[in-house]
Amino acid sequence: MKLRKNVAVSEAGLLFNPVTGESFSVNPIGIEILNLIREEKDPEQIGRIILNKYTTDQATFEKDYYDFIGILEHHNLLESHEETKA
Amino acid sequence: MSKIRYERPVIKKLETGMPNKFGTRTEYAPMTHIDGVSVKSLIKEYGSPLFVISEKTVRSTIRKARKAFETRYPKVQFAWSYKTNYLNAICSIFHQEGSWAEVVSGFEYDKAISLGVDGKKIIFNGPEKSEEDLCKAIQNDSLIHIDHLDELYTISELADKSKSRPRVAIRVNMDTGVYPMWDRFGFNYENGQAWDAINKIMHSGRMELVGLHCHIGTFMLSPFAYGIAASKLAELALSVEQKFKHEIKYIDLGGGFASRNTLKGSYLPGSDTNPTFDDFAEAISSALLNSNFKQDNLPLLILETGRALIDEAGYLLGSVISNKRSSTGRRNTILDIGVNILFTSFWYDHKITPAQSFTQYSEDTCVYGPLCMNIDVIRESASLPLLNRGDQVVIQNVGAYNMTQWMQFISLRPHVVLIDMDEKPHVIRLRETLDNITGMEKVPEHLANFNK
Amino acid sequence: MKKRKLNIAVTGLNAIDSPGPGVSVIRALREASSFDVNITGLSYESLEPGIYMHDLVDRTYSIPYPAAGIDTLLARLEYIHEKEKLDVIIPNFDAELYPFIKLEPKLKAMGIHMFLPTLHQFEERHKVNLNDFGRKYNISVPKSKVIYDLNTVHSLPSEFSFPMIVKGKFYDASIAYSIEQVKSYFNKISAKWGLPIIIQEFIHGTEFNVTGLGDGKGNTIAAVPMRKQYITDKGKAWGGISISDEKMLDMTRKFLKNTKWRGGFELELMKNKDGELYLLEINPRLPAWIYLAVGVGQNIPEALVNLALGEKVTPFATYDVGKMFIRYAWDMIVDREEFEQISIYGEL
Repeated sequence: MKLRKNVAVSEAGLLFNPVTGESFSVNPIGIEILNLIREEKDPEQIGRIILNKYTTDQATFEKDYYDFIGILEHHNLLESHEETKA
Repeated sequence: MSKIRYERPVIKKLETGMPNKFGTRTEYAPMTHIDGVSVKSLIKEYGSPLFVISEKTVRSTIRKARKAFETRYPKVQFAWSYKTNYLNAICSIFHQEGSWAEVVSGFEYDKAISLGVDGKKIIFNGPEKSEEDLCKAIQNDSLIHIDHLDELYTISELADKSKSRPRVAIRVNMDTGVYPMWDRFGFNYENGQAWDAINKIMHSGRMELVGLHCHIGTFMLSPFAYGIAASKLAELALSVEQKFKHEIKYIDLGGGFASRNTLKGSYLPGSDTNPTFDDFAEAISSALLNSNFKQDNLPLLILETGRALIDEAGYLLGSVISNKRSSTGRRNTILDIGVNILFTSFWYDHKITPAQSFTQYSEDTCVYGPLCMNIDVIRESASLPLLNRGDQVVIQNVGAYNMTQWMQFISLRPHVVLIDMDEKPHVIRLRETLDNITGMEKVPEHLANFNK
Repeated sequence: MKKRKLNIAVTGLNAIDSPGPGVSVIRALREASSFDVNITGLSYESLEPGIYMHDLVDRTYSIPYPAAGIDTLLARLEYIHEKEKLDVIIPNFDAELYPFIKLEPKLKAMGIHMFLPTLHQFEERHKVNLNDFGRKYNISVPKSKVIYDLNTVHSLPSEFSFPMIVKGKFYDASIAYSIEQVKSYFNKISAKWGLPIIIQEFIHGTEFNVTGLGDGKGNTIAAVPMRKQYITDKGKAWGGISISDEKMLDMTRKFLKNTKWRGGFELELMKNKDGELYLLEINPRLPAWIYLAVGVGQNIPEALVNLALGEKVTPFATYDVGKMFIRYAWDMIVDREEFEQISIYGEL
């Protein structure tokens, strides 16, 4: 899973998708996860990092993580599998 | 190293009409304590959900209301509307503060008597009073407010039989310019029914007509309507005096004052727009003072306001059961507070405040209760901070009607706790148990055993 | 002499096809002869064009919608005041007037001045109360009736002749030519804006508008009548001309004298074929075409600011007749960062 190449994430939590022209706001933990995805960390690695840093448990985070990924997909911010293969 | 408080990751599209984050930051401040007692400790001690009532707020509210009226009109009496909240502890606070009792059924009447209220200080309203109820009320010299002619004749007969002279008032309904007009209770003013009923009472000679009563509606947002009602009752009272040389002792304007809640569909929040006690008092007292009563002979003004006196003192504490996403991508949050204990969520947009700190990020959320019923919705749409499972919330302004109209449905009703003037909590109604419910049931013998 | 500089905050920056008055008000203030201004824009949405007009608006802050409550608005204004040291606020939306009127004493204590109608004036002029208003102040208004119940519709033909206007409490109006249409509009409008519905006598004629300023003591400080020349499909004037009509000015002066109206306003008037004038609606704020008043010699926003600051203002005596305003749309080029800045931080 990869973030679309030209998607820009700012420090302040702004995300701009130049393909669609849409802007988004992301909360700090969301930015952290986006950056980890960009560093090509897999879900288990991301989970470990977040669990080390925040007061949560694996089940809760996993649920929220996949929910978040679902919304990223919904907004067309992830590269689809076809694109990844190509 | 201590960990950072977790918050789920969110991403929101920037839309032109979206409230900015400063808005959500100031709109919500966490409510961690009620009268100095922490929400966390209350839930830990008494469970979730939990009703909490602040004695401080109850007392300060009734005092504020009394002050608003007493500074404007010389003779004022409040009567506590039992149906709004008839927990004994709550009624007792109002009686300590000088309120009479206003009841609308035999059950409420008995409750007031068993609490020790003087029969003379009970106002008996409502369309249903059985002969037995009426006999009690006549014996105790309570104030009986007549709703219809059948009742008038029954009282007349009972008075004759018991050789007593019951003190009565009639309930009058009228056009005060508000909609809907409550014409189902009492006798109509405009078409002469009320005057007719008064004449029947006066000519019968068996009852003493002491008062005139009206109750123009519920959650009233216009103080002027009360002004109109007061003027019309004053006119009726003066007509009685003129025709029968009989003095009407009191004018009872009922209740119906709005609380600080926001009705569904209102654009502005109720706490900003709803009239205050001062607004209502000004409209009512000027109408009475400007009528033709003699200065030294003004009738007593009775008020039966319920909701506006108790709503603000009540809190409902609860916890987040789960966060879900609907098929359309909408955020859903399930609380352990259902409409079976928060009836008022059918007509108010209750404000839901987290009981712990949170960031300025928020999501548009539909808030559901825990019942396995589609109608169990607490808020169709609320911009809520990011709550985690197990987080606690406080719903404010729930003191009126919820603890009387609640129902035992699917789950058991929770504890009700009163925080006293010294910030000490007391359970004033116990959480229900399975035995409470099944103890009232009976199973016929042929159904007693199915494990054969 | 160097002119004093005032910090003035203005709402209604939505200069769109159904425009708010803010941008016109700001243009008027920039042309004031009695002071210089530093303008703070107050916006509700991130795409209000005024936010990006940096030659008119020095800085913009988002403010919460009135539905968020008075306390929330006050907290935000306190923050803005700390940064901008505001002297005056000019609210320009009907929906925000209620909270601003309520906040007037608190803002005054902070040193922020406004010049708004009283709550009583604000409520009294409401559509629902127009009949009483006309009777009380002896001003001709179309006959109207407030109805709550579809069942009462059938008795209307005995009081009104067709066509009649079916109006919503806040917005929306339709002309009905039969009972069936009245019923259908009743249902449509009440579904959207709730009850009551107002039934109003239809007056054939030409529509006019008057904008002006009352000093709160019954005096007319300014009054400019205008006839709409071009109307958009939203019913807004896209062009208009200042006219001279003593009857209209008389009615305006009577309105101000009898109500002691405080602040800016717009009257919507209808003149029938016999030349009789009817007052259709009172908008309790300046209209979007306010700049026409400036163009004909009555800088109403400037006078309003001076009244707000408690200064003596000489009433305007004349204005140019036959001057027109023609509105136009303008495409600005804006960097995405500016939009993100106001969206995320609520400040630009």
